[in-house]
Amino acid sequence: MAKAQDAKADKAAAAPATTKPKPAVPVSQAPTEMTGAQALIRSLELAGATDTFGIPGGAILPAFDPLLDSTILRHILVRHEQGAGHAASGYAHVTGRPGVCIVTSGPGATNLVTAIADANIDSIPMVCITGQVAAANIGTDAFQEADMVGITQPITKHNELVTDASQIARAVGEAFHIATTGRPGPVLVDIAKSALAEKTMFSWPQTFDLRGYHPVVSPHVKSIQEAAKLLATARRPVLYVGGGVIRAGAWEGLRKLVDSSGAAVVTTLMARGALPDSHPQHLGMPGMHGTVPAVAALQKADLILALGARFDDRVTGKLESFAPHATIVHADIDPAEIGKNRVVDVPIVGDLKDIFAELVPALAEEHRKHGKPDLEAWWRQLDEWRKTYPLGYTPTDDGHLAPQHVIQRLGEITGPEAIYVAGVGQHQMWASQFIRFERPRSFLTSGGLGTMGYGMPAGMGAKVGAPDRTVWVIDGDGCFQMTGQEMVTCALNDIPVKVAIINNSSLGMVRQWQTLFYNERYSSTDLHTGHDTRRIPDFVKLVEAMGCVGLRCETEADVDATIKKANEINDQPVAVEFVVSRNAMVWPMVNAGVSNDEVQYARGVAPVFDRED
Amino acid sequence: MSKHTLSVLVDNKPGVLARVAGLFSRRAFNIHSLAVGPTEHPEVSRITVVVDVEDLPLEQVTKQLNKLVHVLKIVELERDRSVQRELLLIKVRADARQRAEVLQIVDLFRAHVVDVSPDSLVIEAIGTPTKLDALMGALTPHDIREIVQSGTVAIGRGSRSISERALDRSGAAAASTE
Repeated sequence: MAKAQDAKADKAAAAPATTKPKPAVPVSQAPTEMTGAQALIRSLELAGATDTFGIPGGAILPAFDPLLDSTILRHILVRHEQGAGHAASGYAHVTGRPGVCIVTSGPGATNLVTAIADANIDSIPMVCITGQVAAANIGTDAFQEADMVGITQPITKHNELVTDASQIARAVGEAFHIATTGRPGPVLVDIAKSALAEKTMFSWPQTFDLRGYHPVVSPHVKSIQEAAKLLATARRPVLYVGGGVIRAGAWEGLRKLVDSSGAAVVTTLMARGALPDSHPQHLGMPGMHGTVPAVAALQKADLILALGARFDDRVTGKLESFAPHATIVHADIDPAEIGKNRVVDVPIVGDLKDIFAELVPALAEEHRKHGKPDLEAWWRQLDEWRKTYPLGYTPTDDGHLAPQHVIQRLGEITGPEAIYVAGVGQHQMWASQFIRFERPRSFLTSGGLGTMGYGMPAGMGAKVGAPDRTVWVIDGDGCFQMTGQEMVTCALNDIPVKVAIINNSSLGMVRQWQTLFYNERYSSTDLHTGHDTRRIPDFVKLVEAMGCVGLRCETEADVDATIKKANEINDQPVAVEFVVSRNAMVWPMVNAGVSNDEVQYARGVAPVFDRED
Repeated sequence: MSKHTLSVLVDNKPGVLARVAGLFSRRAFNIHSLAVGPTEHPEVSRITVVVDVEDLPLEQVTKQLNKLVHVLKIVELERDRSVQRELLLIKVRADARQRAEVLQIVDLFRAHVVDVSPDSLVIEAIGTPTKLDALMGALTPHDIREIVQSGTVAIGRGSRSISERALDRSGAAAASTE
């Protein structure tokens, strides 16, 4: 009983129920008559959107007419709606503002589904406007009808069907509010064509009546104090930093906590760059392909502060044996994450910015009273692991280019100011491992959903959101063939992204599992794009056909020069095909479903952990 | 597993029941019974859900429910601090010879006959699941033709109202933004 009420009490203690969106441009308060379509475009402008991604079609057609007249919205016509979704996601990641897509009903909207699910699990703020058939036709299996509110219910933070023009401004305003507050996420507004066509009196700002929506922002003083006390007395503390730190824009507060606590830090795939990799307390990424020191530190910790992280199975390995000695402090803005996977000793619900603002002085107070804890033995142990098990890779056995070398040089030559976007698979893990991230919002990847094909369109969106930063997409030959057509969009819209196609002629990560667990029986993982194959497609020709510069590199001697050449092309999109060895594997590795204690440094090489103290 | 009764106050908007029910199924929680209807406030509906679940997953499902924008309040109603009722309608074949015997059972359980035909009776009974089970047990020797049963509805004992606080707060907040 108490539990149900406590959860609700949290809801009650939160911010006011109604909020107004901030208009980006001044607007007259007097209601004006306009069509629902005009109201939609006006609402998007007033909600602060400047860039939208999508494709028109029958049901959404009325909206694209006033869109043509907008001087505020730049609409980027993509080549597939999934591309619009990932582009909006990449845009949101680098700007911290919600990404917006506008697509039509039926197939247009269902094509967006993968990108919505991806944004939902990675907590990306996104507003998706989908056309719907005319209100009178809903439920009749009309042409291009799909129940988008039903389809996207489990994969959106919220969604709504609008059949009345007078509700458009409110629905759009609420969508932006919900997408960006609390734990961010995608919100879908499905608008019937009839509502876009009919006249309405438009006024803004709209008042929201969201009496059931109260994200908790301010953390409880008591739990902050308790966390500070634990952190001040722990002997083997680890800060387990998740993507929430980046979503909350809380990296400065994190830095202060890291420096004052002296604790070891691990940053998950979604949090790479939240703390500079060069920071001496940073042990790297934890999890299935994390560094040995990061994995081992969590296993041996006596205190873990989980900060905007969700104890994902890719981090914890077998949950029952994860961090067996650790007291858990879990800070997250989403109360439902607390205790979902791992039992928590001290829960802190709130915005990480506020949490750090209170936790840092509380910790200083503990230090003042009791002195700083002695972490020397812990660091001696951690440093030994770092020395014995650094990240690395072995030369390839077939004489072909090592993919790790390509990715490492790409990061070294291009530098930490660039944005790196990875697809999903081996290249993603190597990007996370071998690029040194020194600032937040510089590594974008599909973490929770593991969406192959995320990279190319997300990189496009990132470049639109941050036109002054170099954007390198690190993609696989498999991933690129899923969404690479957005190179066309980039060429036509002056979006000069750079793409490194790490071509190992395979669905590499799946192939790695077949090597390790299926007796090297390579079922459906050969893509025939690399050495000694028919090389279909020819990536250079393909990229050139899409109006972009295509380069190819096959030997180690050419790697640096090719990267530099690509870096010099800034007036159009460029893709480099790196033809690499297909036999390279991602190490370290914790096999799926086993304990993190079983981490392998390389194939068949288990680290020795029992030399403690 | 143990049964828990949750009262969920929601915005009276289309699709809200589907959102709540969908959440249970996709998080792999088993709904034992579900009832939904209007409340003293026309814009608020009340869903009563009985779930088979342990305490820890119950906390998780409550938190997940709370994240739904149209969910206003969730309260667990414990059996001994609430009144919980289900409605049961049973159609029994009974001609003149068997009727007296069936009517005796109806009286014993303080149920009612709401429809009579020459060869059948429809019995209406209201009560706790235990009582209704017992009634069905007693009627089993007779020819039961049809059974229809509502989900549990429940209300807390005493003067407190679960909707009061939730709605007061939102009313005040809505006014303050104008």
